[in-house]
Amino acid sequence: MMTPRALAIAQTELLILRRNRWLFMATLIMVLFALALTFAGSAPTGSLGVDMLTISVASMTTLSVYLAPLLGLMMSFDAISGDVDRGSLSLLLSYPPSRGEILLGKFLSHLAALSFAMIIGFGTAGALAAWSGGAGSDSLLALARLIATSILLGAVFLALGYMVSAIAGSSTAAAGMSAALWLIFVVLFDLGLLGAVVMDQSGYFTQTIFPWVMVANPADAFRVWNVAASDAVALTSGMTGAASALPGWAAPVSLLLWPILGLALARIAFGRVEP
Amino acid sequence: MDDSLTIKSVCKFRGDTQVLQDVDLSIAPGERLALLGHNGAGKSTLIKSILGLTPVHGGKISICGAVPGSAAARAATAFLPESVSFHPAITGREQLTLFARLSGAAADVVGLLDRVGLSDALDRRIGTYSKGMRQRLGLAQVLLGKPKLALLDEPTSGLDPISRQDLYAIIDELAAQGTAVLIASHALTEVEARTDRIAILRKGVKVADNTLASLSQQADLPTRMRITAKSDQIEQLAARVGGKRINGAALEITCSADQKMEQLRRIAALGDAVVDISMTPPRLEDLYRHFSKEDGQ
Repeated sequence: MMTPRALAIAQTELLILRRNRWLFMATLIMVLFALALTFAGSAPTGSLGVDMLTISVASMTTLSVYLAPLLGLMMSFDAISGDVDRGSLSLLLSYPPSRGEILLGKFLSHLAALSFAMIIGFGTAGALAAWSGGAGSDSLLALARLIATSILLGAVFLALGYMVSAIAGSSTAAAGMSAALWLIFVVLFDLGLLGAVVMDQSGYFTQTIFPWVMVANPADAFRVWNVAASDAVALTSGMTGAASALPGWAAPVSLLLWPILGLALARIAFGRVEP
Repeated sequence: MDDSLTIKSVCKFRGDTQVLQDVDLSIAPGERLALLGHNGAGKSTLIKSILGLTPVHGGKISICGAVPGSAAARAATAFLPESVSFHPAITGREQLTLFARLSGAAADVVGLLDRVGLSDALDRRIGTYSKGMRQRLGLAQVLLGKPKLALLDEPTSGLDPISRQDLYAIIDELAAQGTAVLIASHALTEVEARTDRIAILRKGVKVADNTLASLSQQADLPTRMRITAKSDQIEQLAARVGGKRINGAALEITCSADQKMEQLRRIAALGDAVVDISMTPPRLEDLYRHFSKEDGQ
């Protein structure tokens, strides 16, 4: 599937991301937020008895739940609708590459840019936290896990952004739909679950169904994965209950399946676009 | 069956409305066909059907023997969309290099950009290009890899008169190398002199398809003559010749092609009263109006 044509598209898209400063802005946003959270959240180190990098990873996990989907959607929402607006999609589709190859090319370039921003952003903050407050092999592993899962979470929303971009028909509509998507996955879904748990008062739903519904959302799967994998992170983020009700594989499987599902949905939506 | 493009009784519906109705069309290698029609007559839909971007609901389209949208058809076809634009952040050279890599053809990118008059703007971002320059860039990608069939949708829109001349020179070159060229256009006067054959679509139906000369004959439209008289003799002249008064000193008569000489002789015999005669044979514009207006007979 990794064709020279998809690679040609990926290279051009990466060039565009560099030219219009998107790569720079995304990296800057990641660095600033990661640094701010690391040093604003460094107070409880002593009382919990963990090193500063662990605290930093816990803070950055909370940050990434919001930021990774946002960056992903902002990069991808006009990937197809932008070409429709410019009238160049019909031209692109008259060339030999298939729609799958076009989508793959765009995905590769956006994923590369997102990974770059995540590695530099979390890496810088993690390095500074380790340097000023110490780090162990456990907390370094947690940092690596945070970066990898953030990239996965970003990939999910890149793919969902392509889907929205194909469905919307114009970039303006795609931007609105992306904002709605972000709000639903990152904010409203959790609020809804919270409401259901409160209503249920620790009944069957809360005990059995709730953890599975929660982990079906990629943003929550991301949180659960990072929290469940590290006792120290769980301790500092105070989020152990729901994670412990699930088998260990649930969150990783959810977060790994979502990018594939998202890309499949995007490919179907793109296939229905008539430029 | 050696045509580069063969369209056989193609039908297409959008909802309940039929946007293409039993359209037949073929273009031989090296032939330049003008496809005319109002907005919404089905020109762009037909082009998209040929590209395989939209399905047809009956009939058959074949591009050098290949099905629309197939790898072989895509490789054989070049396309210039109507008023196309490209991503503003990359340069003309980068955009054309991408197209060359996508088409898989070894191409002289700089040479092609020079051919369309963009050699000064090679490394400028497309965002700084004028509409005409973007159109030229679009034309440059048509020239990639010697296509068998070129589909140009309103290629002259946004071009100044000199650029239009350049464009038609490039189209002539394409045709000379054996490319079948389809030009969908509103610019009737340009198409008139620069194409081999003219097809007219009206509400999804092909109402005409022939050379300009044959269409003129078929339509049998009248030639218009405008006669200018000495200002004091216009009344007598009008009484003797008939026709329609245009202003204080001129009147206009119409006659069919075979009566033209007879009329001329009659007017010449009027002597001093006539100052000037000008004749306008039916032009493509009149033909176009004739074919696109008459109700289905």
